[in-house]
Amino acid sequence: MVGGWRLAAFAIALLIVVPLSVVLSSFLSPEREIWNHLAENVLPGLLANTLRLVLGVGIGVTLLGVTLAWLTAACEFPGRKFFSWALLLPLAVPAYVTAFVFVAWLDFTGPVQTLLRASFGSSAWFPGIRSGGGVVLVMTLALYPYVYLLARNAFLTQGRSALEAAQSLGCNRAEGFFRIALPMARPWIMGGLMLALMETLADFGTMAVFNYDTFTTAIYKTWFGLFSLSGASQLASVLVLLVFVLILLEQLSRSRLRYSQAGRPTQSERIRLAGWRGGLASMFAATVLLVGFVLPVAQLVLWSSSVFAQDFDARYLGFLWHSLSLGAIAAGLIVACALVLAYAQRRHTDPWTRIAVRIATLGYAVPGPVLAVGIIIPLAWLDNQLIHLSKAWFGHNPGLLLQGTLLVMLPAYLTRFLAVGYNPVESAMQRITRNLDEAARTFGVSGLQMLRRVHLPMLRGGLFSAAALVFVDVMKEMPITLMTRPFGWDTLAVRIFEMTSEGEWERAALPAVALVLAGLLPIALLVRHTETHR
Amino acid sequence: MKNTACSALLCLAISAFVAPVAADDLVVYSARNEQLIKPLFDAYTKETGVKIKFVTDKEGALLQRLKAEGENTPADMLITVDAGNLWEAAREGSLKPVQSKLLAANIPAHLRDPGNQWFGLSVRARTIFFNNQKVKPAELSTYEDLGNPKWKGRLCLRTSKKVYNQSLVAMMIAEHGEARAEQIVKSWGANLSTDPFPDDTKMLEAIAAGQCDVGIANTYYFGRLIEKKPGLALGIFWPNQKGSGVHVNVSGAGITRHAKHEKEAIKLLEWLSSDKAQNLFADVNLEYPVNPAVKTDPIVAAWGQFKQNSINVSKAGELQTTAVKLMDRAGYR
Repeated sequence: MVGGWRLAAFAIALLIVVPLSVVLSSFLSPEREIWNHLAENVLPGLLANTLRLVLGVGIGVTLLGVTLAWLTAACEFPGRKFFSWALLLPLAVPAYVTAFVFVAWLDFTGPVQTLLRASFGSSAWFPGIRSGGGVVLVMTLALYPYVYLLARNAFLTQGRSALEAAQSLGCNRAEGFFRIALPMARPWIMGGLMLALMETLADFGTMAVFNYDTFTTAIYKTWFGLFSLSGASQLASVLVLLVFVLILLEQLSRSRLRYSQAGRPTQSERIRLAGWRGGLASMFAATVLLVGFVLPVAQLVLWSSSVFAQDFDARYLGFLWHSLSLGAIAAGLIVACALVLAYAQRRHTDPWTRIAVRIATLGYAVPGPVLAVGIIIPLAWLDNQLIHLSKAWFGHNPGLLLQGTLLVMLPAYLTRFLAVGYNPVESAMQRITRNLDEAARTFGVSGLQMLRRVHLPMLRGGLFSAAALVFVDVMKEMPITLMTRPFGWDTLAVRIFEMTSEGEWERAALPAVALVLAGLLPIALLVRHTETHR
Repeated sequence: MKNTACSALLCLAISAFVAPVAADDLVVYSARNEQLIKPLFDAYTKETGVKIKFVTDKEGALLQRLKAEGENTPADMLITVDAGNLWEAAREGSLKPVQSKLLAANIPAHLRDPGNQWFGLSVRARTIFFNNQKVKPAELSTYEDLGNPKWKGRLCLRTSKKVYNQSLVAMMIAEHGEARAEQIVKSWGANLSTDPFPDDTKMLEAIAAGQCDVGIANTYYFGRLIEKKPGLALGIFWPNQKGSGVHVNVSGAGITRHAKHEKEAIKLLEWLSSDKAQNLFADVNLEYPVNPAVKTDPIVAAWGQFKQNSINVSKAGELQTTAVKLMDRAGYR
């Protein structure tokens, strides 16, 4: 029986399959020479680097995100309320900007090493920042908020009954955490981890700052250096297929597990961390915040103050408005689609729906410009067809209609960021026990009504998290925006690109600061919701 | 209420997105950044009244966009910051040959396409920079000499992923042949004091700070850096003066194959090669004007005269893939 939800999910998946297929279709023109060259000369090193990166960032982001989430969700320590939302702030800073700041500080020519050399002589040693370790550090600091936000949602909504039951059976606090709380938060943690890893794999900006060779830098080199988009698309397809397999494996491994909570989660008292424990927790959170947000932003403000007079003009208000409106509209659309997908998966448990949903979220793993090309090719084709029709019916050539409008930008963002909207919503949906659905049906409530009246109120945490993440991600997005925006219409991310592409990083600090400020808006809204909700 | 608010926001935002291009506007796809071309286009509009709409992006993306849009593309002109991508655009059939006496007169033959599909508009030299406290100019001679063991642990280079180095190696292949060029690149690699840098400015700062003694960079990065930090211990050297000359690249433009305003676009191109525009084009970025009759910016002129390599810059595009593969084989990241 083909349900309406399932059709909707398939429709969304189809929309996204089109650009993905364009990328995959590159295999139709095999580039053996390029593959041979890459396999012989660069692939082994690349794969080793990429693996190291994925492991390093995966472990770092999980450790950091989960510990901080547990501290702020289940414990009480000095400054907890502040840190609860402040630890999200690194989301507002693009990773490559943080990367540049770190390299500027810690590289040979930076203030730290210069001071060391002045104090201890020219042979003073300092760990090289432009190394695998440096990349892992920066990516971890930039991406832990994904895991932090989702894990925190998990811990906040799982209630105490299971933990209290465990304690009554003799588990101490640590055991309670590792054996009850952590496994029950698995979908959330995995969801956040997947987002962080997909972004790491597809990232180019940060890798360029460190000149660290990964699979994605090979994709760029094949496209721009070897003039072969099809070679680049083939590499990107391999990347996407790997990510797909990983995600499927993870889903399969928990297909029989249930994470729902019966009844309203009881907010029982927090674990009080007194004395040195509390101090340690505060210092930990403070250090992460300092290193991941406060110090980089302070440096950006310093740099932008020197170019403020020369670069700041009335257009900045326009840039700000463009970034904000684009982010808001995209967030609304993407979260709505994510909800449809999550609900379809809940109601229809057949493998087709599951695969369709998973395919729909793959866009996040494709490097930006490759996905951008994969999107504009079919859309340009559509545009050209419309012109044919118009010439045939009206004898008039209206020019490209779709280009430069929301009708190109929004589907593009949907393809790219659906995963970011989907993971938080799907995890939150897992919390709602199916018994509730059945109970509601006995009251005659079903379909859209059930979604609206029963599920939505319970999903608010997930929906707001999804919206905030998508909002900030769309504002930071560059390659798709560059390729699909209307003429003379820039966002703050585009301004950053204009400066950084010619190596003018200090000038790029000004739009970067503006972007951070703009990003505070969705985070503030998210925080306001979480606070009132608790 | 929430619904009406949402639809209102949607309408407002959509209206903000639709900026119709008037029928007479010229449309330019540019890989040269907005802050460099906007003053130029504003000046053109002021002089001729023709409005120019433009969009900036990376070259590769622009080329794909042109291809995807096909014959209905609104673009009249493509501007890039290196010759390689212009060559590629011509090879893909995205550009159209232009017969113009003015362009042929204003632009030297080695700085424009032999097939007249694209024209260089400003010249950037990629030359040797050294720490003037540690190195004397007499010790320097050629690019190839930087592979000499006397420079071991003293050489800094920018990453091979940047098109400027790809063009440099491509021209070396054109001059010396692939085998010799690979030897040279390998010898450079043996002399590196640290991993290749992501950008020229960072590399120049490293030279000034003493992490290495010599390096190769584009002249305008040097210009910008010295402007900000005049006290830096950096000197400029023009290599290969007894031989083929300094390696140069161009930032240039071509008319698109399906341009809707071909005559107007050609007029713009001719204007860009004329004295009025050449200074605007080149000086704002401390580059050299391509028109030999136009005076260089005084700051740039102070760096001295030099002999430039007269191999046609289209070779940079023709040999780019060979160069990239060569650098991979040589282990030059």
